[in-house]
Amino acid sequence: MSIFLTESSKIIVQGMTGSEGRRHTQRMLRSGTAVVGGVTPGKGGQAVDFEGTTVPVFGSVKEVVDATGADVSVVFVPPRFAKAAVVEAVDAGVPLVVVITEGIPVHDTAEFFQYAENSGTTRIIGPNCPGLISPGRSNAGIIPADITKPGRIGLVSKSGTLTYQMMYELRDIGFSTAVGIGGDPVIGTTHIDALAAFEADAETDAIVMIGEIGGDAEERAADYVKAKVTKPVVGYVAGFTAPEGKTMGHAGAIVSGSSGTAAAKQEALEAADVRVGKTPSATAQLMREIMQAR
Amino acid sequence: MDLMEYQAKELFAAHGVPVLRGEVADTAADARGAAERIGGPVVVKAQVKTGGRGKAGGVKLAGSPEEAAEKAEAILGLDIKGHVVRRVLVTQASDIEQEFYVSYLLDRANRTYLAMASVEGGMEIEQLAVERPEALARVSIDAITGVDAAKAAEIADAAGFAPDVRDQVVDVLVAMWEVFTAEDATLVEVNPLVKTPDGKVVALDGKVSLDENAGFRHPGHAAFEDSSAADPLETRAREKDLNYVKLDGEVGIIGNGAGLVMSTLDVVAYAGEDFAVDGHSVKPANFLDIGGGASAEVMANGLEIILSDPAVRSVFVNVFGGITACDEVANGIVQAFALLDSRGDEITHPLVVRLDGNNAELGRRILHDAALPHLEQVDTMDGAARRVAELAAAK
Repeated sequence: MSIFLTESSKIIVQGMTGSEGRRHTQRMLRSGTAVVGGVTPGKGGQAVDFEGTTVPVFGSVKEVVDATGADVSVVFVPPRFAKAAVVEAVDAGVPLVVVITEGIPVHDTAEFFQYAENSGTTRIIGPNCPGLISPGRSNAGIIPADITKPGRIGLVSKSGTLTYQMMYELRDIGFSTAVGIGGDPVIGTTHIDALAAFEADAETDAIVMIGEIGGDAEERAADYVKAKVTKPVVGYVAGFTAPEGKTMGHAGAIVSGSSGTAAAKQEALEAADVRVGKTPSATAQLMREIMQAR
Repeated sequence: MDLMEYQAKELFAAHGVPVLRGEVADTAADARGAAERIGGPVVVKAQVKTGGRGKAGGVKLAGSPEEAAEKAEAILGLDIKGHVVRRVLVTQASDIEQEFYVSYLLDRANRTYLAMASVEGGMEIEQLAVERPEALARVSIDAITGVDAAKAAEIADAAGFAPDVRDQVVDVLVAMWEVFTAEDATLVEVNPLVKTPDGKVVALDGKVSLDENAGFRHPGHAAFEDSSAADPLETRAREKDLNYVKLDGEVGIIGNGAGLVMSTLDVVAYAGEDFAVDGHSVKPANFLDIGGGASAEVMANGLEIILSDPAVRSVFVNVFGGITACDEVANGIVQAFALLDSRGDEITHPLVVRLDGNNAELGRRILHDAALPHLEQVDTMDGAARRVAELAAAK
């Protein structure tokens, strides 16, 4: 298994003809991912050539789903059109929509998340995320495929580059799936959702969870680990030195008053018997010890 | 972006939330003029983005225009928790019979919105939430259906507003919802909402935070920016589209990706505990995320901002080569040095570079062969952090 993605996932790219969409479609294809079509309103009927692989462009998500049976959409469309793009994918019944776009107004995200919830058929990952990868099987988003190998560690993270760093540090052991859930205040898939999926995944033995300042998702995840997760979990939290009231790069990464601090998150995780590394490398080392002891 | 009280009240007035008459003033003379036009007793209120203004002497009652000028004179220039008062709001004074609390905010955990309301207003809401949670109604709001009169009534009734004010509170809640959605706010708070002796419900103070990601829908919001309060380096960085936050340490930081940069700050601060500058431990001087691309120009602009911070004593460039491989990043650094040189900016501080990830070996070799002045490489993040802290202390 692996979570959310399999080798038979059929992926479409909304915004494939834009520069980011084109660049990352190329990379997804190069890593062996089945990208079956692109969607750009008004450009239906065209096709894009990627190093000899021709990917057809459709005018709507419904058309590409009808034609190909696609079950994952990766969204690269600009912020002002992102809500409409996600709603279109939900309406077409796409089960997994991965929103890479950064800078979407949070009211738009809250609306399309609610819309997806109401549909009962669609999981959203992101926005403002790098997507997810099951190494050797499928890569939906922008995570570099060549920094790690398939294995039995599950990884869930708010941060893209820390995801890559961790995948790279543990590249000799490998990953079942790495999910970047994104750094916005409202995100579709949370740490808890990913923890639950990894707990249920027969091919995942242990889980790395990376968090950062802002909100209380890590505290809630800690409660979840304590109550429901039997597999070993190690954690890392970024932002101990972040000043109060300043947004640190990610729209959701902000300490407000005494809430959302890294110290509170670390404390909650440790209270749930999650070992928390002081640096990314120290965290990787904790996971290495767990995997080597198996 | 957090707004000042007078800015929040402008939005309240525009969307039908009842507020008292008021004018802003930047001088004592202007405050006198404002008080004359408003007539009767006024309150002079410091306009700063922090709480506790009253306790700090930033809110004063004035019975006459002369007194308003005196109070404004005393308040302008006050330092309230590090915020210097440059503007006051002169507003009609009102007797208060009862104080309430109402707000809309983002509910991150449930990925929707939350209304909070209480008939026990006037106190800090965090305190109320802890001491008397049962007195604070929390009503979840569906992001698609929002707040209409019926939903507003549900909120008002959950908080237990008395019949004499309930209908007015319902109207206020509907108007506040319009502020929340039409302005793309992440917080709209009225504290206190008051009942005056003549039975009217009015917003006496307010807080609004706006979503900067929605700026493209609200060209007018740019006028709310307080450029006088911003750090000059942050302002310059923003003009160059750099994601920079000034901190109070000595080690300049550049990295790619918000999470990695936050982590870099932490790792430098840990390493810095073993070194000292002027009797305190070495700390990071800034947050700067240059994103995935790491082009020469972005790298040069970033270095330029960091090197113009007089507190900086050493610089840590921490890049993970993922989408952009390390050889491209290394070439970007080499070109950035040339670019800075051509601009006449001299690199005068030691730089520690850590490259890891795709093509790390190749990238390291490119930097090694370029033999750039003051630049050294350390292959691990923890080791590089230690070295850059040491260099900051040694300088």
